[in-house]
Amino acid sequence: MSEQQPLLAVENLQVTFDIMPRNAWPWTRPRKLRAVNNVSFTLNEGETLGIVGESGCGKSTLARAIMGMVPSQAGKVVWLGEDLRGLNLKQLRKRRQRLQMVFQDPLASLSPRMTVGDIIAEPLRTHYPDIKGTELREKVDAIMDRVGLHSHQKNRYPHEFSGGQCQRVGIARALILEPKLIICDEPVSALDVSVQAQVINLLKNLQREMGLSLIFIAHDLSVVKHISDRVMVLYLGNVVENAPRAELYAAPQHPYTQALMAAVPIPDPGRERAKPPAELDGDLPSPLDPPSGCVFRTRCPWATEYCSKEVPVLEDKTGAGHWVACHYVEKKGK
Amino acid sequence: MAMLEVNNLKVDFDTPDGTLQAVRGLSYSLEAGQTLGIVGESGAGKSQGVFALMGLLPDNARVSGEVIFEGEPLLNLPEKQLNRIRAARIGMIFQDPMTSLNPFMKVSDQLTEVLVQHKGISRKQALQESLQMLDAVRIPEARNRIHRYPHEFSGGMRQRVMIAMSLLCRPQLLIADEPTTALDVTVQAQVMGLLRELQQEFNTAIILITHDLGVVAGSCDQILVMYGGQMMEYAATRDLFRDPTHPYTKGLMGAIPRIDEQIDELVTIPGNPPNLMNLPPGCPFCDRCPNAEPRCYHELDPPEHFEQGRIRVCNVPREAIR
Repeated sequence: MSEQQPLLAVENLQVTFDIMPRNAWPWTRPRKLRAVNNVSFTLNEGETLGIVGESGCGKSTLARAIMGMVPSQAGKVVWLGEDLRGLNLKQLRKRRQRLQMVFQDPLASLSPRMTVGDIIAEPLRTHYPDIKGTELREKVDAIMDRVGLHSHQKNRYPHEFSGGQCQRVGIARALILEPKLIICDEPVSALDVSVQAQVINLLKNLQREMGLSLIFIAHDLSVVKHISDRVMVLYLGNVVENAPRAELYAAPQHPYTQALMAAVPIPDPGRERAKPPAELDGDLPSPLDPPSGCVFRTRCPWATEYCSKEVPVLEDKTGAGHWVACHYVEKKGK
Repeated sequence: MAMLEVNNLKVDFDTPDGTLQAVRGLSYSLEAGQTLGIVGESGAGKSQGVFALMGLLPDNARVSGEVIFEGEPLLNLPEKQLNRIRAARIGMIFQDPMTSLNPFMKVSDQLTEVLVQHKGISRKQALQESLQMLDAVRIPEARNRIHRYPHEFSGGMRQRVMIAMSLLCRPQLLIADEPTTALDVTVQAQVMGLLRELQQEFNTAIILITHDLGVVAGSCDQILVMYGGQMMEYAATRDLFRDPTHPYTKGLMGAIPRIDEQIDELVTIPGNPPNLMNLPPGCPFCDRCPNAEPRCYHELDPPEHFEQGRIRVCNVPREAIR
């Protein structure tokens, strides 16, 4: 890691939910569902971190825990040198000016009763009540133009827009406070392919021009590839691999990353049919009752007796920032 | 003669705001044991086009054209005759397995019901056959699981139950409407592999509807690309990927994020899909097409047949496509 202070450093973050068993007595102790388990990573300014994993791996919960939208039970979320977990709501709200979020469902994340112009202006009105009239209008127009919307559309309501346009509104709303970091939670999963490419390119350009950092969450390794500097793979709330983009795609180390990569269909009949059928057997174990030792061992082709006893530690296996949590990935000398 | 022939299929919906043209003159044919992929974005008319074959459209839909399945016309058949064909000879898999299975019925009852209804065999025999089918789609411990309710299965498992159900009567044709869209990639790989395997075993013809070009590349023999309710291009899978001849197909291919190649900037198709209530008189893609000529806004040439069995619908000659 570089010497500069990272923008965001997450250390051993843990999020658990209390689940009441069915037919439980009121005094029954709830069961603990560990959605995010000991997750650590750092993000530097201007960097993009892709977070990948299948449904139920805790990627959205992780994003919400960073924002302070769900309570976390242990660990640290260090934002510009200050732990966000210790702050109260008022203090947190102030920090959130620089820390914004874009959500998955473009239509559901916009208020149906507000015009698009009001939606985009609302963060400004909240944080800077002094900005009014022409100044406010100009700022909204400028940001709409920036994300590829026409300023004459600002009196319309979200339902009048297509999915891709709604996502642009969501991005404009996140951008208007000039944040340093935007957490995008599956921002393109609900969009058609042609529109998906528009939004990915838009985010990429914005990042380049405004020096933004991004956390880009997706369930698919191919989408993340186009936007990330580093990619982190989650499985059942645990980080299994975290590596620079080029390295991860050229030489995935963890067996889960390899399986995930092999499962992505390639839009090329020759290559797609030639590739070995590397199917991952079985289903995701219940997060209420995760396997002992390594969480991936129940589906892992390499698993041995040892994996059920010892939890693998996330280690830098190459000395060049390629972190893997697996007993059987060789550690290369520095 | 082909097993399924669709000629000039049209589907209109009467809505309070006017007529919505979901499918506008779709024609294709399918041979036994083959897989046809129908690709397009939301609103392209992919699903409505096959719902029309199965008589699954709501009351405000008007269907016209001709559909011949094994020599018999299929369109606008009375419900009673359709019921003898549906599930027995044409199976269907829907996108969302949770909403298409009955949540109040045990999986065993839902499976045996199909067999009792269509084959007239006893419940006991039907249960036996259902178990075999669940084994065929690789549901572990099928004997214990068959008496559970759909919500007790995971998403991938539910989709496998759907596939088992649709194959119970060994249909000649299986229509799969986005069968893996709701699933995770690793589960998607499992389900697609299973479909391919079962197809070989039972020699079923498959119509696979999807928006994912990666999925069709792996499992289809022919591909039909739809946009705005119309066919844009039709070709054998290899030909289509090697040499797409329609600007829309080309755009789609450039827009997919790829894991096997390094692309710095994805090619985008500007604009948004058309409003089906208010389609332009010419080509539905004209607003977004990089090759559009003035006449594209008013008229569209009839389908151009070229090479071996390839079809394209575009005013601009093949050589001039950028």
